[in-house]
Amino acid sequence: MLAIENLRKRFDTAAEHPLFEGVSLTLAPGQSVAVMGESGVGKSTLLNCIAGLESVDGGRIRLRDQDLTALDEDGFAHLRRRDFGFVFQAFHLLPHLTLAQNVALPLWLLDQDDATADRRARAMLARVGLAARADDWPRHLSGGEMQRVAIARALVHEPALVLCDEPTGNLDPERATGVLGLLFERIQDAGAIAIMVTHSLAAAAHADRTLRLTPTGLVDATVAP
Amino acid sequence: MSSALRHVFLASLWRRRLATTLSLLAIALGVALGLTVQLIHSAALDEFGRGIRLLNGAADLQALGPRDGFSDALYPMLARSPAVDQASPLLEIEARLPDRDETLKLIGIDLFRVGAVTPALLPMGEDPDERAPASGGQLDALRPDALFLSPAASAHLGLGPGDRLRVQVGTREQTLRIAGGVPGAGVGQRLAVMDIAAAQQTFERIGLITRVDLRLAPGVSRATAQAQLGDRLPPGVALLTPEDASSETLGLSRAYRVNLTMLAAIALLTGGFLVFSTQWLAVVRRRQEFAFLRAIGLDRAELRRGLLAEGGVLGLIGGLLGCLLAYLLTALAFALIGGDLGAGFFRGLAPQVQFEPILTLIYLALGVLAGLGGAWLPAREAARMVPARALRAGDEAEVYRARPRWRTALAALALAALCCLPPPIGGVPVFGYLAVALILTGAILSLPGTTAWAMPRLPAGRSTLWRLARARLTAAPGQTVVAGAGVVASVALAVSMAIMVDSFRGSVDDWLTRLLPADLYLRASDASASGYLDAEAVARVAALPGVAAVRPVRFETLRLREIGGETSGEAGHAMALIARQVRADGGLPLVAGTLQPPTGPSVPTPVWISEAAADRLRLGVGDAVTLPLGEQPHGFQVAGIWRDYARQQGSVVIEIADYRALTNDSRTNDLGLTLTPGTAPEPVMAAIRATLGEQQSEMILPGELRTMVLEVFDRTFLVTYLMEAVAILIGLFGIGTTFAALATSRRKELGILRHLGLRRRQVGTLLATEAALSALVGVAIGLLAGGAIALVLIEVVNRQSFRWSMDLQLPIGPLLIFSLAMILLAAIAARLSGAQAMRQDAVLAVREDW
Ligand SMILES: Nc1ncnc2c1ncn2[C@@H]1O[C@H](COP(=O)(O)OP(=O)(O)O)[C@@H](O)[C@H]1O
Ligand SMILES: [Mg+2]
Repeated sequence: MLAIENLRKRFDTAAEHPLFEGVSLTLAPGQSVAVMGESGVGKSTLLNCIAGLESVDGGRIRLRDQDLTALDEDGFAHLRRRDFGFVFQAFHLLPHLTLAQNVALPLWLLDQDDATADRRARAMLARVGLAARADDWPRHLSGGEMQRVAIARALVHEPALVLCDEPTGNLDPERATGVLGLLFERIQDAGAIAIMVTHSLAAAAHADRTLRLTPTGLVDATVAP
Repeated sequence: MSSALRHVFLASLWRRRLATTLSLLAIALGVALGLTVQLIHSAALDEFGRGIRLLNGAADLQALGPRDGFSDALYPMLARSPAVDQASPLLEIEARLPDRDETLKLIGIDLFRVGAVTPALLPMGEDPDERAPASGGQLDALRPDALFLSPAASAHLGLGPGDRLRVQVGTREQTLRIAGGVPGAGVGQRLAVMDIAAAQQTFERIGLITRVDLRLAPGVSRATAQAQLGDRLPPGVALLTPEDASSETLGLSRAYRVNLTMLAAIALLTGGFLVFSTQWLAVVRRRQEFAFLRAIGLDRAELRRGLLAEGGVLGLIGGLLGCLLAYLLTALAFALIGGDLGAGFFRGLAPQVQFEPILTLIYLALGVLAGLGGAWLPAREAARMVPARALRAGDEAEVYRARPRWRTALAALALAALCCLPPPIGGVPVFGYLAVALILTGAILSLPGTTAWAMPRLPAGRSTLWRLARARLTAAPGQTVVAGAGVVASVALAVSMAIMVDSFRGSVDDWLTRLLPADLYLRASDASASGYLDAEAVARVAALPGVAAVRPVRFETLRLREIGGETSGEAGHAMALIARQVRADGGLPLVAGTLQPPTGPSVPTPVWISEAAADRLRLGVGDAVTLPLGEQPHGFQVAGIWRDYARQQGSVVIEIADYRALTNDSRTNDLGLTLTPGTAPEPVMAAIRATLGEQQSEMILPGELRTMVLEVFDRTFLVTYLMEAVAILIGLFGIGTTFAALATSRRKELGILRHLGLRRRQVGTLLATEAALSALVGVAIGLLAGGAIALVLIEVVNRQSFRWSMDLQLPIGPLLIFSLAMILLAAIAARLSGAQAMRQDAVLAVREDW
């Protein structure tokens, strides 16, 4: 259970108004939401706040009754490795690791031994359809394939919460649909909570709900199917 | 976390193989050079120490005098003293071997005394005719021509029992018979032993000994004995402990060794800078990667540890390679130039390469330290980065916003100036080296400030490329720091060494020219060996047709029991005495005083002392000094101070006429010949050979001698030149890799520029311009720092270690060429790697942005 209450964020440089305030959101395991909004409204910042990469100026975030806003930096880092998964627009695959190693990375951070990590990473790669390329290098992949690896990496350690920042921003619409389908299937398999920032209505349709971020909070923008 | 660390961090070293290889190489070379110097010297010192222990045996004290010896009447006096238990007289001679043109250390011993003090010198007779140890073994040793060779000497000369060996005495020859061996001498010691009376007779030293080894009576301390016996010794003879006596040579070689070690340390430091540059750039390039890793849960400490591990692994592998290389180099050096690195401190030793576990570990640790040190700042920078910000691209320039550190830089330079004042510690110019390190630090710290100051002052210009380059360097002076640290370090090192060696070589050349006014030089042997010219031989040479005048020179040594009222420390150490014509010839390179002091019956006899002697005796021009000549004290007055590069221990020059009047010693070691105008030297040389014998004399023309001395000089500095070359090489590597990495890390920026309409060639020019500007700043600071370091080396380090001065000379041409080459190279490296970076699709590079 993720509960966000009255979140407020202000950058020092920002003028009178905070970037956003009054942001509240509650999600149960297995639930997903898409967050839309104009460019620069603070969608990425919101994700960063939830992940503890950005400090907040008010409000609370609780995950399974743990108050995340009370954690210090390293405490948050250790929480992230266990409970968070990330999918970015820019993939962020490490170029000097093979696909299997890239996917195994979160397991390494959790101190799993090499053999187990490798086995689980390959299994996960198989579920995104890249089993045959497990020992290949990221530079040989297309954008869609890279994002599939990133999805495998985001989910391999069975996180409670998956944060996706414009996961299809770098992909053409056809690829995007395939990748999103895969992403949400895997998220549902895992029973994880998912928050996805996107610009695309088509992408947003994959989530249970769609919200729009405004400076004064999140408003419902779900389009009836 | 450990396996993650291995894959995430160390794999990245593998990915940037070129930069990794160069960093490894730099560290390996620094470690190798340092360890080689240490290994060579430790092996040589080991062997030297073994020799000292062997030759000193169980002696508590040694009475030592001038090189040519003192009256053996001293021996019974010492032996009868109640403080003395056992006394053993010795006569040490460097015997010249005329047919081999080398010398052999020969020790005359009292067979019945030596066993009690230095049993290792006991000879063992072997008569090959009887195929068994001679029955009268020891008595056989008393025969006047019986010589015993140590195993090393026997092997080196290829002689065994029954063979004959010719030795030179004056300009004549004597033949000795090998009667056996000295089994107690170690494997590395080349020496020969014979009966002392026989040696006195053979080498015409009747009544003379050079040393008495003493074992004190039980309960008598060395200090007590020194105080009791000291006053009864004739002037010029001193009682030293064996440690003091051996520290004479060790002290001389130590300064040289420390100097080389420091050079190696600087090479290692340059390696550290290279690691710093490459790691910093890698951190810049991997910013997003690290931000991502932080996002998925890597904490700050883990990130820092991971990056430090990268540096540590570089240092470890580099260190291991360096240690391996050091043992190879040491073996090579022993094979090629002997155990003294060409400096001539340890003649006659045959040291072996030995595994030195502690030394090796220390240098390995130094390598690791260089790697860790280089990675330290980049790791800190990476851990400081805000992941949320770094996750979006475009903030690379953030890393390069270095703060000007004028205050720290100035403080370092001020401290460096202060460090030039204190005296050396134990003969080692510790503060001088500290000053060198501080100057280097100050120079590098002043880089960002200098760039930030200089760039806006460059003309704005019309060209877009120029404006872009200027704007970038002004906004991101840190880029110059990263690219320039290695440049400054290697330029400063190379420049300072070039200036120092050039000044030194120029001064030596000038010194030689002034010191060698004659047309031809003649000697019977090296001054320390058993050949000499007697008065009759000199007269015969002077009478030869074509010889206009002869200038005899006599070399001896002096021992002063007290120095400046103190009897401790270096008191008793030998100093060179040179008797020659001064007033008539000139030819002494004076730094103070006059060559023409007033003459007259009431005027004291003049002496001219070298800078080292002035330093040791704390004397100035006009001071009175008492010197022991012919076992009598005589009063002198210092007429001048001269520069002597040949004798670090100090030397005293007196008029040869004065010397002969005071000592009755009419021998000549070197004879300078002035030829009548129009006479060629060759026929005169032939005539001398006919007069003195084919193999009994050595002749040399001043030009040849000059060439020879400069060759020795160059050989001595060979190691220095090598290190200089290495420093330059490392610097060039550093520049190349740094600019290559810079270009790669800016791939996106370059992609954008191309989107904006710049052509590939223009981007290349832009990179080359920036690189040239960065290198220009680095080279300019490096030149200044190098000049300052050269001054410290000349005025502080050399003066304190070797006690000699030199005239500053700036090799402006070579320095200019070197500087331009560095700048050009930076531009070329940046241009080439820019082309490499741009081979990637510009579109692709930009698309990664969000
Ligand atoms: N570290 C920062 N300091 C100041 N302003 C920032 C910082 N990070 C983001 N911003 C600003 O906050 C706003 C929201 O940014 P972001 O969350 O990236 O928007 P988006 O909704 O497009 O993802 C932008 O105006 C951006 O300039
Ligand atoms: Mg965004």
